[in-house]
Amino acid sequence: MVALSEHAAAPTGDRRALARRVTLLLVLLLLAVSAASLTVGASGISLRQIGGDLLAGRELSLRDRVVLFDIRLPRLAMGMLVGASLAVSGAVMQGLFRNPLADPGLVGVSAGAGLGAITAIVLGGVLPAGLAATLGQYAVPVAAFLGGWVSTLLLYAIATRSGRTSVATMLLAGIALGALAGALSGVLVYMADDTQLRDLTFWGMGSIAGATWAKVLTAAPLMLLALAAAPTLARGLNALALGEAAAAHLGQDVQRLKSTAILTVAGAVGAAVAVSGGIGFVGIVVPHLLRLVSGPDHRPLLINSALLGAALLLAADVISRVIIAPAELPIGIVTATLGGPFFLWILLRRRTLLEL
Amino acid sequence: MLIAQDLTLRLGRRAILSEATFTARPGALTSIVGPNGSGKTTLLRALTGELAYEGSVMLNGHEVAQTKPWRLAALRGVLPQATPLSFPFTVGEVVRLGQQGGLDAGGPDLSQRALARVGLGGFAGRMYQELSGGEQQRVQLARVLVQVWEPTAHGAARWLFLDEPVSSLDIGHQLQVMQIARDFADAGGGVVAVMHDLNLTAMFSDSVALLAKGRVMAQDRPEAVLADALLSDAYACPIRVNTPPVAQTYLLPHAARAAAE
Repeated sequence: MVALSEHAAAPTGDRRALARRVTLLLVLLLLAVSAASLTVGASGISLRQIGGDLLAGRELSLRDRVVLFDIRLPRLAMGMLVGASLAVSGAVMQGLFRNPLADPGLVGVSAGAGLGAITAIVLGGVLPAGLAATLGQYAVPVAAFLGGWVSTLLLYAIATRSGRTSVATMLLAGIALGALAGALSGVLVYMADDTQLRDLTFWGMGSIAGATWAKVLTAAPLMLLALAAAPTLARGLNALALGEAAAAHLGQDVQRLKSTAILTVAGAVGAAVAVSGGIGFVGIVVPHLLRLVSGPDHRPLLINSALLGAALLLAADVISRVIIAPAELPIGIVTATLGGPFFLWILLRRRTLLEL
Repeated sequence: MLIAQDLTLRLGRRAILSEATFTARPGALTSIVGPNGSGKTTLLRALTGELAYEGSVMLNGHEVAQTKPWRLAALRGVLPQATPLSFPFTVGEVVRLGQQGGLDAGGPDLSQRALARVGLGGFAGRMYQELSGGEQQRVQLARVLVQVWEPTAHGAARWLFLDEPVSSLDIGHQLQVMQIARDFADAGGGVVAVMHDLNLTAMFSDSVALLAKGRVMAQDRPEAVLADALLSDAYACPIRVNTPPVAQTYLLPHAARAAAE
């Protein structure tokens, strides 16, 4: 990464070729981490042996089959989707707010999505039977999406006056909204009965450890939709870096761009929070790191964020599995331990540019 | 043609602009002058469709408020007073943002030529945020230039809207930037510029609109508008044109321009 960043000051200021090389590296990294994620854990399995078995047409042992297809693969899929969603929603949100500190976890969007999820778990039984049947297992992710959407809308409305987003207002409003969502969540937890409390505890543990194919399939549509929508925002977000007025003069339909960006963030964060309970710092660390290496152009940034976010979350998941094996550390603790110091470092470096 | 009629703009209850009428034609540089708070920038923002207005603004036959942003972007570029950037873009990346917006999107990279045009050749690899205010303003001008690189397209003029394009520039670069605007107009494009410097306005404009208290007091050729009575009234101080001071140093951009030619 250090060697790469020296190319940044090319005489034409064009970092697109560099960003393409970064994409290639990240694909390789993701493949390597995926292989580790499939093999490392309480029950070690060897990809080479399995590959050999498959090639030779031998039946896999039952143990290998269960570990690989019922535990590791859904966990791999979940980790990739959640990591990519969190990193991409961070990048989109930072582009939308024109601020490198906007992160769904920091400014209350995750808390809003959490409130949505808790509401669905606790008050789900109150829904009319027809609606409950239609939503089925999607009730929690959909509610989390709605919670994340409403908090992003509120945040944008509060923090943006005549096209300028105030950093101070954004962070303070985010803290207030997060606290409010937390308080309402507390009230709901207080109201919950024993079965619901058990559901809430499992949900709130915030990890991808309990991933099953059923869980992956519930949340994947929303996350895949958001991940597919994100690259279409790239040009608009680039133009938006010049301000809302200048973006409009460059031909962007700014209102539509903003609503699409907010929906994308809400979808990605909502689904990620619904299945993993909210994992911090991926959304702020990943885009920032990539901007340092290959610049803020959103076309490569959004794609590379998805790749690095997926790889980072899988790596954190592997660490959480081995560090106190055979027990597992919640993955949120790993990302916070890595992300916290990194975030402080950003603050120290950018102190003069923040104008708080 | 750019024709604005009965343009009224309110901020809350206060009218920033009252029944303003303004025209600009292709092939001409039209300046908007007036004291602070007279509504110059507001008029420009209405003309570019940035602010909602009562009345009518027709640009090449399109009512601006009802035209899609992408169609307007192909017709005209807008240079704001100052453009702070939120992310560390290089100068080359900023200029290429303009090319995404205009008709030449996808064509050959014009950023190097545009940067050379504004006197910043070799700056493409520098970080935008590390440049001085005046340099940043010229980078933004290069960005707007690549958006409307050809002054005419399909037989119709394209337009440059400039909000105080020389406000943070030294005298040499003021002349350079005004000459770029002049050349764009001479090649068949239309230029509308909000100006503070009355000398540069007199030197480069074909038409001048004088604003005061949200009203257009006059729009005519520079020598007709930049006259003692009108200026004294608009700026609320006694002004006499073409009157050199006695026994004091004075400096006019005209002399520099004469030397250059």
